Amino acid sequence: MENFWAGVLWATEIWLYLIVCLIMIPAMFGFSLGISETYMNILVQTLEWATLNIQKANAEEESAKASASNGLIQREHGSMEKELGELRRSRPKPPVGGDFTLSDCFYFTRRGIESIVDDEVTQRFTSEELVSWNLLTRTHNDFQYISLKLTLVYGLGIFVRYCILAPLRITLAGIGLTWLVIGTSAVGFLPNCRVKFWLSEWVHVMCYRICARGLSATIRYHNKENRPKKGGICVANHTSPIDIVILCNDGCYAMVGQVHGGLMGIVQRAMVRSCPHVWFERSEMKDRHLVTKRLTDHVNDKTKLPILIFPEGTCVNNTSVMMFKKGSFEIGATIYPVAIKYDPKFGDAFWNSSKYSMVSYLLRMMTSWALVCNVWYLPAMHQQEGEDAVHFANRVKSAIAHQGGLVDLQWDGGLKRAKVKDTFKEQQQKKYSSMVVGDDSSSNSD
Amino acid sequence: MGSRASTLLREEEIEEIKKETGFSHSQITRLYSRFTSLDKGENGTLSREDFQRIPELAINPLGDRIINAFFPEGEDQVNFKGFMRTLAHFRPIEDNEKNKNLPATEPLNSRTNKLLFAFRLYDLDRDDKISRDELLQVLEKVDVEQKMSIRFLH
Repeated sequence: MENFWAGVLWATEIWLYLIVCLIMIPAMFGFSLGISETYMNILVQTLEWATLNIQKANAEEESAKASASNGLIQREHGSMEKELGELRRSRPKPPVGGDFTLSDCFYFTRRGIESIVDDEVTQRFTSEELVSWNLLTRTHNDFQYISLKLTLVYGLGIFVRYCILAPLRITLAGIGLTWLVIGTSAVGFLPNCRVKFWLSEWVHVMCYRICARGLSATIRYHNKENRPKKGGICVANHTSPIDIVILCNDGCYAMVGQVHGGLMGIVQRAMVRSCPHVWFERSEMKDRHLVTKRLTDHVNDKTKLPILIFPEGTCVNNTSVMMFKKGSFEIGATIYPVAIKYDPKFGDAFWNSSKYSMVSYLLRMMTSWALVCNVWYLPAMHQQEGEDAVHFANRVKSAIAHQGGLVDLQWDGGLKRAKVKDTFKEQQQKKYSSMVVGDDSSSNSD
Repeated sequence: MGSRASTLLREEEIEEIKKETGFSHSQITRLYSRFTSLDKGENGTLSREDFQRIPELAINPLGDRIINAFFPEGEDQVNFKGFMRTLAHFRPIEDNEKNKNLPATEPLNSRTNKLLFAFRLYDLDRDDKISRDELLQVLEKVDVEQKMSIRFLH
């Protein structure tokens, strides 16, 4: 019996030594031994082979398959005026005022049914559908038996992911977080001097690199010359909390967020000891002026790190960018936009907070194949003369959407949980009523 | 994922829906995944709240009436068959269908049935007649008072 426990202890020691030497130390110092590259190469080849096999099998089944378009319908994009005009064209147009026909309802009915079948917003709050299966159960609900080889590879994949990769990643993540808390607290004891800043940055980046290895993350940074500088605000599209790990692998940022209790609270308190982050109490978040003032103070102090903000306010599924809240664009600081795009083949990075808790989400991340993403640093943007915050926010949003290949939506990410505001419905009603009654230029109430 | 196994679509059901509505096999399966994504309660039926969660439908002036068209008289839940039956009215009429094996009843997407669908949007009490009151009620949410008034100067 004792021999058994001695054996287990010995195996655990070897395991830890291997992790420290092969993964942690290279991560700390920023170089790579090539292990993850080899893994990624094997993975890419396996997935390509799997895709070919599935396509061959499917091609035999349905020879007349329609094109693999993700949409369900083809939408007509005519305006209300144009379409109603076409519906009414058989009647003589009254010389003044509008008109009502029973056929007007056709336009609204068709638009309504179109949105029931396929709308732009609700699909953004669930994970993206893949064109071809990537050998993970979670992306393919009914498993069809295609060939013995594919099933074997799939089974092998499950074993590799759950029994080899997951414990490895969990260990690394644990080490990374612990080191973050200890390291930042230790640096916090030093007096404010240049060495402290340098050490604090080094500790932060190191811990985030370990965490990134803990997710098998392969990150490609583009246009590094546009990296955010001190005294600015960095804005990015939001897909999951892991965005922070991704961005902080290549630079140091000051975080903004709510004070949490528990484990997160410990991490937050430790981090703020070594360099200033902006943490708000829950009650303070409601006071917009207080929030703006604290952010402005931080930004005006040129020695402080750039602030990292996700203006969407919630996680969306990385196929689109939703409305940016204007708060951070009113401060008048330089905005450094960053676009983040994950490759969904290797794992779905979107955190569906209504479906999964943080812990189960992290476990899902650690049992995916890998995390591959591209980060583009866009040139800095400033608020122009006479431009209001909303317009500026939309401009930045379009730039990010364009770079990342995402759909640029005007809808609010808050629609994930809240109902749409009545003002939007009233706008539609007003538009139609002006067509029924005719544009009345003498009416001058709002 | 385990709870959805009981609501997965069976081949016989797909065949039934195909015969009744005229949708193709792949259309039915794709519309089924749309149905399940709207079904937040995961019980195989949609309620009115599930429809109202779609922002583009919520701002449509006829939104409530369109949602009502899916629910049979007095019921609050619609299953997938009912969902497809209503959507079938909006399939385009194809020429080659006119001469195929003549079905006993008219297909759901015939011109008459499309008009019947639109008529029912106005006929609130479902008595097959549109009264003046019903017409006024459908137009109720249209901002007519303000637009039909003239500011007379003193």
